[in-house]
Amino acid sequence: MKITLKVWRQKDQNDEGRFVEYTADHVSPDMSFLEMLDVVNIGLVKKGETPVAFDHDCREGICGSCGMMINGRAHGPGRGIATCQLHMRSFRDGDTIVIEPWRSNAFPVLKDLMVDRTSFDRIMQAGGYTSAKTGGVPDGNAILIPKPVADEAFDAAACIGCGACVAACPNSSAMLFVSAKVSQLALLPQGQAERTARVQRMIAQMDEEKFGSCSNTYACEAECPKQISVTHIARLNREFVASQF
Amino acid sequence: MNSFFTFINSSVGKKLLMSLTGLFLSLFLIVHLAGNLLVLRQDGGESFNTYAHFMGGNPLVRTLEIGLFLFIAVHIVNGVRIWWQNRKARGKRYDVYRLDENTTLPSRMMALSASLVLLFLVVHLRKFWVPARFEGEQNMAGLVVTTFQNGWYVLFYLIALVVLGYHLRHGFQSAFQTFGWKTKRYAGLIEFAAAFFWLVIPVLFACIPLYVYLTGGAAVASLR
Repeated sequence: MKITLKVWRQKDQNDEGRFVEYTADHVSPDMSFLEMLDVVNIGLVKKGETPVAFDHDCREGICGSCGMMINGRAHGPGRGIATCQLHMRSFRDGDTIVIEPWRSNAFPVLKDLMVDRTSFDRIMQAGGYTSAKTGGVPDGNAILIPKPVADEAFDAAACIGCGACVAACPNSSAMLFVSAKVSQLALLPQGQAERTARVQRMIAQMDEEKFGSCSNTYACEAECPKQISVTHIARLNREFVASQF
Repeated sequence: MNSFFTFINSSVGKKLLMSLTGLFLSLFLIVHLAGNLLVLRQDGGESFNTYAHFMGGNPLVRTLEIGLFLFIAVHIVNGVRIWWQNRKARGKRYDVYRLDENTTLPSRMMALSASLVLLFLVVHLRKFWVPARFEGEQNMAGLVVTTFQNGWYVLFYLIALVVLGYHLRHGFQSAFQTFGWKTKRYAGLIEFAAAFFWLVIPVLFACIPLYVYLTGGAAVASLR
């Protein structure tokens, strides 16, 4: 396959940034999207140019490091996948692919396709934890949690914090991310002690970071590599209202 | 515990304010429609005019009217504020952005449909509310007939009702998501109830100008 890439290049945070076109020859349909970028980068290094910077780590869809806007879609076409799980067979020979970093004021671009997602970390630090000392591993049946509740909490816990929800949302809202974290702990007994303080602090921090607010377009759910459901956002809203009383 | 001010200014609080005012305005549509359908009673406009006089003279209705305008104002001001903050949150725009592949059209055009509904509201109030309240118009049924004998007004109202339908298509069910009630269990029920607001109500409203235009309105009201 021969692919034309229009990649966002930006030297550092202060640089204006611009699109640069590259041609990727000999692309195998079996390559992952990141492998294709690796090959392009090897070519750039050989020519003495700076390779395209992008975040990546596990390359199997569980770390949440990779992520870029591919042809206007967070993590590219396809559902329930991170960029590393996207394969070149999703494209056709001769295609032009536009690659941009996540765009949000809360995710400033560091370099090329890498963005600073520490705003997510600060939201987590605001309340996405339980501070109770839980001691050793409890007996398997000591804390009874009904299976449907455990499943719901597990679905929320699947969030890898990649930021695709923010990138896909027309309002750059982080509601899906925050709702997954709040939901996970609100559903489980270990999360009860800090339940009201948690939702208030995490939402306050989310607003502090200047993320937008949800307008229920559900672009986040569509692009989430872990297919986190927007019913968690409904729960977040419910938790937030309940925390006021 | 948050102060009420902190609560209502948070991202979720702002959405709640939007939902509550929006739902109130949706409920108003039922009252408005029920009264307006009196136009279709073929009694020369008698029942509609009686209704219009009642609405104009009853102190309770006049008080609620103030509340209605207040709710409209809050819905607009809060909506503009959310729209502006959300716009700022993106910062630099995407060169290619395919929201059309993962969202519905009504959900993407809320600000646009809202602006068009506001435009309609201004024309609508000038055409009917101002004459009734401030210009001493007694024969409201007659005013309805003379207005909708003009094809351009009919077309304008029909387009406005389609846009209103679009706004409610997303807005009504959205309110329940914001309340946190749109769980898997109630999603179907909410969608069903929503159809009444975004489909049935606009269609019934549309019957009035269409009926007047197509029949000439002679049975609807006597023109002085």
